Amino acid sequence: MGLDFTVVPGYFDMLLIGMVWTIAITIGAGLLSFFGGIIFAVIALYGHWVIRLPFRLFAWLFMGTPLLLQLFLIYFGLIQIGIDLPAFVAGVIGLGLHFAVYNSELIQASILSVDKGQYEGARTLGLSRGQTLRRIVIPQAVQAVVPPMGNNMIALLKDSALVSVIGVAELTLSAQQAISRTYRPFEFYLAAAACYYVINLCLEAVLRRLERRIAAQR
Amino acid sequence: MLRVYPFFLQAALVTVQLSVLTCLLGLACGAVGASMRLSRLAPLRWIAAAYVSLFRGTPALIQVFILYFGGPQIGINLDAFTAGTIALGVNIGAYMTETIRGAILSVDRGQTEAARTLGMSKWQTMRKVILPQAARMMIRPLGVNINALIKGTALLAPISVIELTQTAQRFIGSTYKPFEMFLMAGVLYMIFIYIVGQGINWLDRRARIS
Repeated sequence: MGLDFTVVPGYFDMLLIGMVWTIAITIGAGLLSFFGGIIFAVIALYGHWVIRLPFRLFAWLFMGTPLLLQLFLIYFGLIQIGIDLPAFVAGVIGLGLHFAVYNSELIQASILSVDKGQYEGARTLGLSRGQTLRRIVIPQAVQAVVPPMGNNMIALLKDSALVSVIGVAELTLSAQQAISRTYRPFEFYLAAAACYYVINLCLEAVLRRLERRIAAQR
Repeated sequence: MLRVYPFFLQAALVTVQLSVLTCLLGLACGAVGASMRLSRLAPLRWIAAAYVSLFRGTPALIQVFILYFGGPQIGINLDAFTAGTIALGVNIGAYMTETIRGAILSVDRGQTEAARTLGMSKWQTMRKVILPQAARMMIRPLGVNINALIKGTALLAPISVIELTQTAQRFIGSTYKPFEMFLMAGVLYMIFIYIVGQGINWLDRRARIS
């Protein structure tokens, strides 16, 4: 069986809908990983050790095991204890939590990388602890954290393909549906890869703009 | 529960095999890719840049699917283990290309100039001056790549390679004990990653001393 790419345009709308879902999942999980990352980082840096310890364990488990395994746990595991989440929600939560842990590590490192003298200086000038964090430490930490966090978002976009395995109808699953009707895996997976590549280029362009804007604010 | 242990241990061995083979293939692709990216010939540079951009710009899972499911259409018939290893190796090779290139470029330019002034050929300069220094600097970042590729072997579960994640998935279905199965596979992954991490730390320390 040779290759025949003329079948692909017939399923263009299917791939397009898949693309929209992939983008929706990436944005949803991206936001969750962003805010989750901030919360985790605050707990890790300033929390009481009783809360900090289980979080450390959780982070350790999430960074040391494959995302796919975590998705299976969240999707099938929660059904077992009576929480029947739709696959889409389970996928967003799984992706979001996974990358929240990685983002939290980045945020912790960037906050700690702000010179201690800055903190002491602000406190000496009479700023409260909260003010120091909000006005002095965080603005500097943000600059350091944006480029690596952007890389995490790009990784998140690509890893969103994994949620097709638990049955979320995104781009990869759309390609699979087209394949089950046409028996042309090479053509449709290649088409899906091209779609991911295009979304990736757009995301990279957005991130570069964001980096430039933050650098210019200084 | 006791009945599943042997299956998990066997699956862990498959994960180790997959990781080793993927790593070797990735290092080979990375070395070739990095030398092409640093080549004087523009077409070689373009090919390597396209390789890095395309393989890093698309999901590894799709690359696995293209080779395994799409391969037979272009006359490549491979079993799941082989197809998966090749796809993951070439994929991580794209990341390793950038790691190796970065380490070589981070060696001070003055070193090249000095070696060339002393009459060494370009090849000698690379082999005797640049690479020994770059090799030390690439151990840690390559360790990050290797950590990612170990977890990446889970991507072969969807094409039914009997590795750890696939085994966990299978037993979640048959035992209805998702948390236990997750922990069993998870702990085995973490032990493996821990051992590899210690090995990389050891290499890194040794490289710093010499």
